[in-house]
Amino acid sequence: MAQTIPTPESSLGKPLRATAGSLESNDIFIALAPGEPGGNEITLESIVMKQFGPAILRVIEESLAEHDLTGVTVTAQDKGALDCTIRARMEAAIRRYKEARS
Amino acid sequence: MKHYRSLLFMPGNNPGMLASAGALGADAAIFDLEDAVARTEKDAARILVRNALTELRPEGIGVVVRINALDTPFWQDDIAEVVKGGPDFILQPKCTSPEDARTLIAAIEEREREYGAGRKPIRLLTLLETAAGIENAFAIASAHPKLAGMQLGAEDLTLELGAKRTPGGEEILYARTRLIMACKAAGVKSLDTPYPYVTDLEGLEKDAAFSAQLGFDGKTVISPQHVAAVNRAFTPPEEQLRWARRVMAVARKAEEEGKGAVSLDGMMIDLPIIKRAQLILSRAGEAPVSFTEDTAHA
Repeated sequence: MAQTIPTPESSLGKPLRATAGSLESNDIFIALAPGEPGGNEITLESIVMKQFGPAILRVIEESLAEHDLTGVTVTAQDKGALDCTIRARMEAAIRRYKEARS
Repeated sequence: MKHYRSLLFMPGNNPGMLASAGALGADAAIFDLEDAVARTEKDAARILVRNALTELRPEGIGVVVRINALDTPFWQDDIAEVVKGGPDFILQPKCTSPEDARTLIAAIEEREREYGAGRKPIRLLTLLETAAGIENAFAIASAHPKLAGMQLGAEDLTLELGAKRTPGGEEILYARTRLIMACKAAGVKSLDTPYPYVTDLEGLEKDAAFSAQLGFDGKTVISPQHVAAVNRAFTPPEEQLRWARRVMAVARKAEEEGKGAVSLDGMMIDLPIIKRAQLILSRAGEAPVSFTEDTAHA
């Protein structure tokens, strides 16, 4: 009998992971997945990590707070996105994440 | 308001393009949520465009958002986000009747009321790209006081007609002149279809010059490479500008002195001549004529 391999899918078959953005220049790719309850874990890669890493993290944290989302892991790959782009991609990813879980 | 010679389409889901909107030389930018955005990215694009409108808005140029057509499941969500950003205009694709235009304007106004007073009212541009749209051109142009202009969309139209699209554009001459006539009769702006052959800059020069010759007020473009040629085609030459300035000077002097009739270089300066001079100056940005001032719906 085949063993069931855990995948990031809900019992309804909807993906629990949600993504938004791209790896194009001036954009940021955001992936959200379920994490430990009560907090958020953020992993960031950026081409401007030295100069803007803390500021990007702050925008991501603010977006999560604004949309009242906790218990997720955020993986972000930044290609030089402006703040308003980061906020837009976070909002899109969060909406998709909530939609997938609803 | 600056005269819109060139209106540049840019993909609504491309943050780099949206950020550069003010630096590409076009008189207006069209943030596109329709053809340039994949169905699966419509949600993300409208959020990005809303943020670009509020935080990256280019200064000194017009800002237009093309939403999705009324026969799609996207347009109402587009309006819900885009109105928050307050573009100057919303461009309605595949407008086929005056009811289409009025339906969209009502939806925009409803969102404007919901989001609060103090906003500059958003005006509508319609894109005529179907046979029905062209045949209803004047009715659409006169549909509502908030309708500021109409654009021809030749790609979808020629597809529907089964016509071959060519660089010379003979197949769209009727649609072009029909749209111009309807716009002039209704007192709204007429905007030409983009030249679709991106690398054919020689063909573009001819197409843009012909477009201006026909009487279009401006032309949409799909590549930043096309902006300069279109701006040139819709900018009056210096000789015309000098003539127009002289006409206006003579007309003003005659008015101040209470003279009923004056002439310049043997030509009687009457109202049609003055209006032509004003049009030339407005196209050069010397006597700006806004869509509002131009619209004969008062």
